[in-house]
Amino acid sequence: MSKVLENLLYSKSHEWCLVEGGVAKVGLTDYAQDSLGSVVYLDAGEVGDKVKQFAEFGAVESVKAASDLMAPVSGEIVEVNQEVLDNPELLNSDPYGHWIVKIKVSDEKELDNLLDAKGYRELLE
Amino acid sequence: MMFKYFPHTDADIQEMLKDVGLSSLDDLFADLPREVLYKGEPDLPEAHSESELRKKLRKLSEKNEKFVCFRGAGSYDVYTPAVIPALTSRQEFLTSYTPYQPEVSQGTLQYIFEFQSLICELTGLDISNASVYDGATAAMEAMFMAIAQTGRKKVLVSSALNPRVAAVLKTYARYRNVELVSIRTEDLRTSEKDLTSKLDENVAAVIVQNPNFFGTLETFGYVDAVHANKSLLILNVDPSTLPILKSPGEIGADIACGDGQTLGIPKNFGGPYVGFIAAREKLLRKMPGRICGLTNDTKGRRGFVLTLQAREQHIRREKATSNICSNQSLMALHTVIYMSLLGRQGMKEAARLAYNNAHYLEEKLLATGLFKRVSSAPFFKEFVLETALDVPALNRHLAEKGFLSGLDLGCLGPDFQGRMLFCATEVRTKEEIDAFVEAVKAYV
Repeated sequence: MSKVLENLLYSKSHEWCLVEGGVAKVGLTDYAQDSLGSVVYLDAGEVGDKVKQFAEFGAVESVKAASDLMAPVSGEIVEVNQEVLDNPELLNSDPYGHWIVKIKVSDEKELDNLLDAKGYRELLE
Repeated sequence: MMFKYFPHTDADIQEMLKDVGLSSLDDLFADLPREVLYKGEPDLPEAHSESELRKKLRKLSEKNEKFVCFRGAGSYDVYTPAVIPALTSRQEFLTSYTPYQPEVSQGTLQYIFEFQSLICELTGLDISNASVYDGATAAMEAMFMAIAQTGRKKVLVSSALNPRVAAVLKTYARYRNVELVSIRTEDLRTSEKDLTSKLDENVAAVIVQNPNFFGTLETFGYVDAVHANKSLLILNVDPSTLPILKSPGEIGADIACGDGQTLGIPKNFGGPYVGFIAAREKLLRKMPGRICGLTNDTKGRRGFVLTLQAREQHIRREKATSNICSNQSLMALHTVIYMSLLGRQGMKEAARLAYNNAHYLEEKLLATGLFKRVSSAPFFKEFVLETALDVPALNRHLAEKGFLSGLDLGCLGPDFQGRMLFCATEVRTKEEIDAFVEAVKAYV
């Protein structure tokens, strides 16, 4: 059973998001990393990129699959986690401990389109 | 009836039919509507014996005219050391269909790896792939790499790019909604002014050929402007010129592409040739096709494998840069053997020979007083001259004398009437050039 944390919001495409002070930390869920297998490469866009909710902003590659990263909220990328880019396997060992990008949220109302822990758990079932 | 190349015996076939519960091979095609099936006997000539067939083919081949070649324009009369066909015709190479499984294909994978390494060294760039079909599709793949990398959909294309390569770009662009914008040519070179004036926030890439279709060496004063615009520079190059020209990497190109034909591949009536692509490392995830990597097996022994396959169509599906799942392996091997045989020094000498031959030919043609230059820009092994002579008639006369003369550029449009594109490669001799020029004089 994949881990789902209570305090986070989730997208149907298996990104998690934690909003603090108008900035969303975005990462991959435990379910996503488990389905992908060993992650070997991340393309997370660049600081300054404008992203749209549920649209692609990057890609994640594992030894057996490749998949797009979707933005859970619209806004602008304000930080990219270099530690994760350099060591993508961190997403396997501790998916909730490592955000991939920080997005400055342009419209907090969009958060209503995301799932809470209960909703995401139901999605996985 | 049994045929030598059919692997199954009648007994095999009967057994397989029995297994699937059918009684004849025709039952396998029972789903096909009767009305689309061909009825009657195919109209084929009688079977020939080997000696009859050889005679017939020899007769056919005697229809070919043999010319001393002074034409290039994308396909060149080049030096092919005898060792190459001897090695490439070994059945392990010749009849294997691009086998990529590392367990059984270390030889193939190793020469692919060496091909990539040699292309990187020639182009001065970081990464390369296992080869693509030909120079024109290499340019197309490079274009789509740039589009995938930048997220932009406009591409500036030099009008001094080989028109056949440009035509392939146009075909692909049409069905992928890419806007192609032509850059003017001035003095037989890509206009730097026109190029920079067309850079805008939609431009994914600029494609320039060097030496260009007219044989002229390009200038590159716009490289910084292209990069400042966050566009990529794609150089279409003739690899045989690179040992003595500035490499695409030194020039500042992001992607180099081209046709490997000039690396010892005979003209072959237009193909097969081999395309290559090299790029900066930041474009690695956008590189199309197969990439071969060097690794160690579980016992620590060196081995070669296909790598970074998550870029490719069978994994990334419609998001992949390209749908190529193969490479032009035998021709890539051909160029690997060519480069290994000649070595750095030999390739330099071949390039210098071609350069010197072409310049000697130009000098002799100008000395006849029948031709004049249209540009003073430096050229490599091809050049354009203008003449008041009737070009088609001149070329017919030269063909009767055994020469394939320069290309009549009138095919490009009215601006090019009376202009010819001549070429002399490393295999032309002084005697051949002198005889050609004498034959030109004899026409008048």
